[in-house]
Amino acid sequence: MKLREITYAEALREALREEMQRNPDVILLGEEIGVFGGAYKVTRGLLEEFGPERVMDTPISEIAIAGAAVGLALTGLKPVAEIMYMDFLPICLDQLATQAAKIRFMSGGQLKVPMVLRTQYSLGRQHGSQHSQFFPALFFQVPGLKVVLPGTPYDAKGLLKSAIRDENPVLFIECGLLYRTKGLVPEEEYTVPLGQAEVKRKGDDVTIIGVSRLVGEALSAAKKLEEKGVSAEVIDVRTIQPLDLDTIVESVKRTSRLVIASDDVKSGGVGSEISAAVLEASFDYLDAPIMRVGCPEIPVPFSPSLEQMYMPNADKIVQAVDGIMGR
Amino acid sequence: MLQKMFLLRRFEEKIEELFLVKGALIGPSHLYLGEEAIAVGAMAALQPDDLTITTYRGHGHALAKDVPAKLCMAELFGKSTGTCKGLGGSMHVAIYPKTGSLYATAIVGSGLPIAAGVGLGLKHKKGRQVAACFFGDGAVNTGAFHEALNLIALWKLPVLLFCENNQYAMSTPVNRAVSSPSIAERGRSYGIETMIVNGNDVISVFVAAKAAAERARRVCEPTFLECVTYKMKGHGVYDKGEYRPKDEVAKWLERDPIVAFEKRLQESKLLTKADIDKADATARREVEDAVAFASQGSPLPFDDLKNYVYAGGS
Repeated sequence: MKLREITYAEALREALREEMQRNPDVILLGEEIGVFGGAYKVTRGLLEEFGPERVMDTPISEIAIAGAAVGLALTGLKPVAEIMYMDFLPICLDQLATQAAKIRFMSGGQLKVPMVLRTQYSLGRQHGSQHSQFFPALFFQVPGLKVVLPGTPYDAKGLLKSAIRDENPVLFIECGLLYRTKGLVPEEEYTVPLGQAEVKRKGDDVTIIGVSRLVGEALSAAKKLEEKGVSAEVIDVRTIQPLDLDTIVESVKRTSRLVIASDDVKSGGVGSEISAAVLEASFDYLDAPIMRVGCPEIPVPFSPSLEQMYMPNADKIVQAVDGIMGR
Repeated sequence: MLQKMFLLRRFEEKIEELFLVKGALIGPSHLYLGEEAIAVGAMAALQPDDLTITTYRGHGHALAKDVPAKLCMAELFGKSTGTCKGLGGSMHVAIYPKTGSLYATAIVGSGLPIAAGVGLGLKHKKGRQVAACFFGDGAVNTGAFHEALNLIALWKLPVLLFCENNQYAMSTPVNRAVSSPSIAERGRSYGIETMIVNGNDVISVFVAAKAAAERARRVCEPTFLECVTYKMKGHGVYDKGEYRPKDEVAKWLERDPIVAFEKRLQESKLLTKADIDKADATARREVEDAVAFASQGSPLPFDDLKNYVYAGGS
């Protein structure tokens, strides 16, 4: 397998391009995705390659963007809609959660809604309280939706390709801070299945689950822990709906300790749900409390130094592990 | 068309009876009584493969778009033999893509952006199908309405926008909810060809809808049709509509769309009283058959529910 180093944004663009080449029914729509090439240039060059009928710039109308995606999907096409910031997602929550996610069920299986809604969260980019939010755990409450959180360029590409081929509505949440980070990605075609977590590093003493950006931070934390003689296993959940609990529980049964790191507000976040599910499945195997590393119950501050203090990072993960080792 | 109008009327009367007299049905249900001319006139102007997007007040649209009455009734009964296998209920009866009755939403205004997407999909496929979206006067005050109308106009989508102005959004009259001089004004403000139609006259609706559908097929442009009508009953089956002035209700009841159409057909010697009675009897029989069919089935087994959440067996 030939590998080369590309950015997270380039990996996403490759996925879009390949799927658009493969399937003429794939249509992109969103704000600034065409002529401007995307607010973060993920869709750069696609308008030139595929034309305005397949790469559609929309007005600032999140409800209409998401609703049009639902309608396109109902006519058998494959829309990939973009909502520029996750903060704008609540504007179209009706279309995503109450329409797209329910349609297959309440139609008694007559209809399906194969659409992808791409969005990104910009925590860590000095975007302030209204452009930095990350609330994926909300969607645990929305059966019918799949929720994808890629943490590396490799997964970003492989998961997006799978999301576009899926027959269900998929919320694909990218991490804005990762767009320029590089990683190894095969030259040949590949996909990463939805619903499979991956063990990114083997270890024996503690399991660290990283979500999105914090997969990288968890791996850094594992290196630091190694220097202290602690062997950490790192798992990337990759999708939270469906959640691959088997891989997590299998790991926790071996390590007996679990730390979950995610960029959302800690209370009621992704870590909370995973923690509860792990307790139900493997309480007897645990030697220490499950620890969550997340953001405090405060809106995201602008001031760059304050934002850095606010965000989870490798050191905070190490600290959480330190607190439960030796117990 | 008269036959269909009778079917819609008798179906809803039966539903009202099943809820209020017999207590056989429960849950919210929004009747189409008095608005029959709109669905019947509109659907008569559409082709079978044209796609409709309607609302929770959708029994009439379903029946007019040839969804079998027995499947609609079974859905209201929550049976696995219903259009949506009993998972949708009254507010989603009209989801039956086999006859082009594509979707019915229970959230006011939310069907409009979806209709924009359906219209876009049809335009993309370069066929001759059109989309028809039905919504009430309440929907015109939602953000979804405005975002969708802008997109439909901007992208010149083959969408027919039927605003069923039945004068009240729940209990709130149009004059207490809509700032513009008329609802039609809102269609025009987006540069969409707009007509005000007598929604109690099936021929007027048919003619307007026919012109709109042809326009959508010929030049791929939308049309906004404000169909002016009146709910004979309240918002839902349990609402007596007592907030409405008595003389207003009486005035509108005199304009019953079925009575008016009967009169017109008889005056122009197209049908006799006997023909009309026969059509009514046929409709009543169809409704009785539907109730018999719906009474027989059973709900889906609970364990089956999980199979309807995701497509593709995951």
